Amino acid sequence: MTDQTPEVEELVHKEYKHGFVTEIDTDTVAPGLNEAVIELISTKKDEPDWLLEWRLQAYRRWIKMPEPDWAHVHYPAIDYQAISYYSAPKSGADGPKSLDEVDPKLLETYEKLGIPLHEQKMLAGVAVDAVFDSVSVATTFKEKLADAGVIFCSFSEAVQNHPELVRQYLGSVVPAADNYYAALNSAVFTDGSFCFIPKNTRCPLELSTYFRINAANTGQFERTLIVAEEGSHVSYLEGCTAPMRDENQLHAAVVELVALDGAEIKYSTVQNWYPGDENGVGGIYNFVTKRGDCRGADSKISWTQIETGSAITWKYPSCVLRGDNSIGEFYSVAVTNNYQQADTGTKMIHLGKNTRSTIISKGISAGRAQNAYRGLVNIGKRADNARNYTQCDSLLMGDTCGAHTFPYIETKNATAVVEHEATTSRISDDQLFYCRQRGIDEEDAINMIVNGFCKEVFKELPMEFAVEAQKLLNLTLEGAVG
Amino acid sequence: MSEAAVSHYLTEFDRFKNNRLSDWLPKQRADALEYLQSNGFPTRKREKWKYTDVSPITRRKFTLGPATPEAVDGGFIDTLRFSGLDCHDLVFINGGFSENLSRAGNLPDEVTARSLASVKSENPALPERFLTGPGEEIDHAFTALNIVFLNDGALIHIPDGTQVPAPIHVIYATDKNTESIMSHPRNLIVLGRQARATIIETYAGGEDTEYFTNSRTQILCQDSAQLDYYKIQQEGHRAFHIGNTKIRQQRNSRIDCHSLSLGGSLARSDIDVELDEPGAEINLNGLYLANNRQHIDNHTLIEHKQPHTVSNEHYRGVMGGRARAVFNGKVIVHEQAQKTQAHQSNANLLLSGNAEVDTKPELEIYADDVKCSHGATVGRLDENMLFYLRTRALDKDTAKSLLIYAFADEVIRNIKLPELRKRLEYNVVGELPDTDLIKGFMK
Repeated sequence: MTDQTPEVEELVHKEYKHGFVTEIDTDTVAPGLNEAVIELISTKKDEPDWLLEWRLQAYRRWIKMPEPDWAHVHYPAIDYQAISYYSAPKSGADGPKSLDEVDPKLLETYEKLGIPLHEQKMLAGVAVDAVFDSVSVATTFKEKLADAGVIFCSFSEAVQNHPELVRQYLGSVVPAADNYYAALNSAVFTDGSFCFIPKNTRCPLELSTYFRINAANTGQFERTLIVAEEGSHVSYLEGCTAPMRDENQLHAAVVELVALDGAEIKYSTVQNWYPGDENGVGGIYNFVTKRGDCRGADSKISWTQIETGSAITWKYPSCVLRGDNSIGEFYSVAVTNNYQQADTGTKMIHLGKNTRSTIISKGISAGRAQNAYRGLVNIGKRADNARNYTQCDSLLMGDTCGAHTFPYIETKNATAVVEHEATTSRISDDQLFYCRQRGIDEEDAINMIVNGFCKEVFKELPMEFAVEAQKLLNLTLEGAVG
Repeated sequence: MSEAAVSHYLTEFDRFKNNRLSDWLPKQRADALEYLQSNGFPTRKREKWKYTDVSPITRRKFTLGPATPEAVDGGFIDTLRFSGLDCHDLVFINGGFSENLSRAGNLPDEVTARSLASVKSENPALPERFLTGPGEEIDHAFTALNIVFLNDGALIHIPDGTQVPAPIHVIYATDKNTESIMSHPRNLIVLGRQARATIIETYAGGEDTEYFTNSRTQILCQDSAQLDYYKIQQEGHRAFHIGNTKIRQQRNSRIDCHSLSLGGSLARSDIDVELDEPGAEINLNGLYLANNRQHIDNHTLIEHKQPHTVSNEHYRGVMGGRARAVFNGKVIVHEQAQKTQAHQSNANLLLSGNAEVDTKPELEIYADDVKCSHGATVGRLDENMLFYLRTRALDKDTAKSLLIYAFADEVIRNIKLPELRKRLEYNVVGELPDTDLIKGFMK
């Protein structure tokens, strides 16, 4: 990083002052955003002209857009000209040299989550050499996927190797100027994941960014595109339970899913970025646009998310149910503690006939955190027999936190059946007393009750992840009640 | 478009200036004018007006009506009265008080229930206390307009410990014979400690005239007061209605509020409630029926500011034709308001393929020891229920009507005044086919 704007520099690095060595990276673009920077990014990535043009158009729209302020979150204004929009993939040389240099608190967290030592090193950004031969593991996976005809690679590789596919689907779900952060992402995204499942193929593996080590440093403007052709099936996992080391404060990712006739995409996220310290200092701003398009008949898109990290989460994984009989699902657990703020939810846009959607959202708020569910269920005029069921429950822990629900229900079709239910309460004294009476200490009792509260969502996660998610939840809420 | 509307109202205000009350509350009027000029009318870009486009109102040029109450025939007013009830009727025509049409009921002497303008001429301090105090904030251009054209309305003051047996019925009717009349009625309702009263507001007008009612009501319930408040909006089918009710409640007071939105081509009703002291309780009941091209918008805001406050809200709507209904219910539980109970439900019945409903029940909670819930449903008539009735040899239309009636009756049956309940049942049933058959099922 350069030292041009000390305040920003300070802000960006504050949370990692323990032990991280920051070396000046010669391949980093000076902070600021203009067309030249975008051209530079595009040139560095050796992109075709149409993509550069696409980026520039997004940028031109972006500069005209007002920054959204409707979310129930508060944060100091972001200076978009103070961010550096390109740095070459890190070689790992700028990270800590060994675990001894890593923030002991972070290590303690890894310990509690039961993460093996070599993974700890990787997560903390310690320069990993031949000791942990992850690359070979990844290679084995790659071969297996290639046999099935599945394309799973970084976005940059996809642009080089499968430009026709990228061009066909990029921006077809989230248009370049869809919203402020999506437009910003479209203009400056540096990398991400691309996944293509051919016709009638069941992806042999759970795809996970976690294993895609060669592209671990995708940067703060990540772009994911998943296309499932007719009759295919894929389960995609994003993020991991361990807190990730990351020096970018603003994250504005875009995820696009396309499901053609009869295809099914299951997208699971566990997000545990740095939430800031107990006093609300630092932490990641997570402003993400995620949208799935059930383009074909009988297709299905299912979002599952466990959101425990980030200082601010602003995220609405949505489904456009275009195809007849298509299904959209959203399962979410959002936990906020200390000074975290989350404004998250979903949009279910019913356009096709007999479309169904289910929304289960569980919000847990502790400390001084604010947790909001914001959702839209829109039943279009032609969506005969559409069905939606929404349940959003909030659990409050402590008298200084907040839990909010803002559901929008728009119905233009008389054959639709839409139900929305929401409750807000705290862990009842009766429940606690019952557990205590049976010899369970308070902390365990609370963990048990909280896990029970989230069960409907956890059961949607792949098994290994569900176990980790439970541990993570307990850890996030540690000390929240006392 | 908004600028044109603002300048129209400014010109209209110049004309109004000669009115005897126009020099009253100069500061408030100046502020409201200032607000109007700098903010204009709300557009759909504003969250609170997301689903309601007010341009049908701003496009038209409404003017203040003639102050000749005789313009409305007494027969029409009589249909609005509750004949079987001993009511104290206050009748306003085109926003101005009509002595002739009003009827004094059996009120205790210490109760004030009169026209605001006449109270002002004798004792301006009483209304001024409320017109300059809290609850008078300008929310949008329509509340500003109401202040700019403040002229008359009902002032009801029930002193401490007084119980009023007779319902007080405030009737606002608009001239049938003149087009494009606007009125800006203003009601002040104050219940002292342990006072009890029933107050009904009715808004009506000609079926075939285009007019605009922009009303505002402020209610204050002091300690342990109890109020049954009814707002019946049955404007003509070409009318525009914007109504705004602000309620403030003190310790252990209780209000049962019923809001019935039946008429108007574009009607919006806002009810804002502040539960300011412990033990305050509000029950909000609402029913909206929309047909043809009607647009009916109901917004409620309940703020729990202190511990042990209770709110129950239950709104139901039936939409047919190309009608559109909007419901927005917001409950805010403030940090100190522990032990709050807030329950809210909104059910919508869509009868036609072209009807639309946009509902948004919101909860904003900053305290933890609370029991809050909300629910919203949108649906059509249940096929199984219809089938059940058909197996009992009811024809399809009757079965449908019966189910619609049963749906609306969930709200109507909570109405304590039998006279009013009957009228509403009649109103609802009257809209349905095979009325006579259904009446047989009614008690």
